[in-house]
Amino acid sequence: MNNSDIKQEELAQVELTQTVGNIYADDAKMSIRDANVFYGNKKHGEKQAIHNVSLDLARNQVTALIGPSGCGKSTFLRCLNRMNDNIDICRVTGQLMLDGEDIYAKDLDPVLLRARVGMVFQKPNPFPKSIYENVAYGARIHGLTNNKAELDEIVETSLRKAGLFNEVKDRLKEPGTGLSGGQQQRLCIARTIAVSPEVILMDEPASALDPIATAIIEELIDELKEKYTIAIVTHSMQQAARVSQHTAYFHMGKLIEMGKTEDIFTRPSHKLTENYITGRFG
Amino acid sequence: MTTQDNINNPTGFTAKLHLDKHISRRFNEELEQVRALVMNMGALVEEQVNDGLSAVLNADEKLAEKVIERDQKVNTMELEIDEYCTQILARRQPAASDLRLLVSVIKSITDLERMGDEAVKFGKNAIKLARGNFTEEEGARPLVELKHLGKHVSETLHNALTAYSQMDVDAALEIIRNDNIVDEEFDNISRLLVTKMMENPREIKNALRVTWCARALERIGDHTTNLCEYIVYLVEGKDVRHATIEQIKATMKN
Repeated sequence: MNNSDIKQEELAQVELTQTVGNIYADDAKMSIRDANVFYGNKKHGEKQAIHNVSLDLARNQVTALIGPSGCGKSTFLRCLNRMNDNIDICRVTGQLMLDGEDIYAKDLDPVLLRARVGMVFQKPNPFPKSIYENVAYGARIHGLTNNKAELDEIVETSLRKAGLFNEVKDRLKEPGTGLSGGQQQRLCIARTIAVSPEVILMDEPASALDPIATAIIEELIDELKEKYTIAIVTHSMQQAARVSQHTAYFHMGKLIEMGKTEDIFTRPSHKLTENYITGRFG
Repeated sequence: MTTQDNINNPTGFTAKLHLDKHISRRFNEELEQVRALVMNMGALVEEQVNDGLSAVLNADEKLAEKVIERDQKVNTMELEIDEYCTQILARRQPAASDLRLLVSVIKSITDLERMGDEAVKFGKNAIKLARGNFTEEEGARPLVELKHLGKHVSETLHNALTAYSQMDVDAALEIIRNDNIVDEEFDNISRLLVTKMMENPREIKNALRVTWCARALERIGDHTTNLCEYIVYLVEGKDVRHATIEQIKATMKN
């Protein structure tokens, strides 16, 4: 079998695919049904990036989204707090619910949604402001408080939850950009936590970090799930295996398989999942 | 199919587990090497069991000594494969079927090594039986029964190794299903030997030696069943240890 045969066979498999495994959670924080994402416009032709994806994000658990580059996992993640709204040529259809509430409802303010569904990106992106301001900013603009003492407390609690407080408590006035990569990423997590979100989306949060900083972030994710529902996109399968309770495997814009992480990594049901996590062709 | 064929013919094993389909060619080679090492060890253990048995049945002291000596090689192979698998686990962090392959292999070689130890017991008892002048002519029935049980166990082991080389789940399940035959035959021999001991107390020592050989065969039968359970786990991802045949059937349907 040569490579082009494999490609054909793979395409055929994806065409026929219905998600295998279990997409349902006993207690779902978010429920997505038949989500489709299109790029482009009617005039110049649309390209579909996500095809009929349905899944639940289980409350207070970590769900990992894995799959090869370009499979749509980041696009899908960005639908969950309407980050795709900022892209003119992007159109999202389907039912995306947060605690039974349609997050694409016309009267819903996406800015408020993003306070409830926070996001941490691949590259740490602190504001060019002090460490204190990085965390306090969100809380202030969302009107959580204007009281200095309360703000101080929010900053301290958030930094503590992100496991960063002890490292930065003596230099809260220094710029956030002066921290190491791992510390910057934890600062971004603190910034996300500061506005009391319910869901945290993480798009490759540790891929720019060294193994020790990665381990600290992973430990943090494990602690954060006590309070928040987490969805994480990662290229590192070992990371998905370590931090998540549920794993969803995406391939060419489709959700191929979803299930408990322990099952996906020892006995996946779909051949495409197996091929991906074992590093085989396909 | 001979044991040598199992080693040289990777088709069933490699094809069924898609060992040649990794993006990393080096990883393909490493897993292929694991396959070859295990099949080699299997072949050596099979030879040990057959030679040990033959030494007992033919009162062949020379062959018995050879079996005892060669056990060192079995032990070395176990260590070597263990180390090789540990290296792959550390370097590749395998998942899914690759992970199951390594876990199964690490467990399989323990069972193979134990079978090797049982073969040594044949060797030791063969030497004592030969010196105690207990040969087939005199001992008659117990040895005939032992030969019968030995033939069955040896064939089963051969079939299990062939199933292993082909990753043949059906054949493995068939062997698991027939596990009780060995147990029943072992009970028969024990009963016969107890009678023999009561009839002729002077033969107790030799009769006990035959009992120990029968016991070793029964153990080899158990280890063979374990090998087959690993085949099912490896191919199907289902753990069928400590399950009844009915439970296994139910699991396989799911």
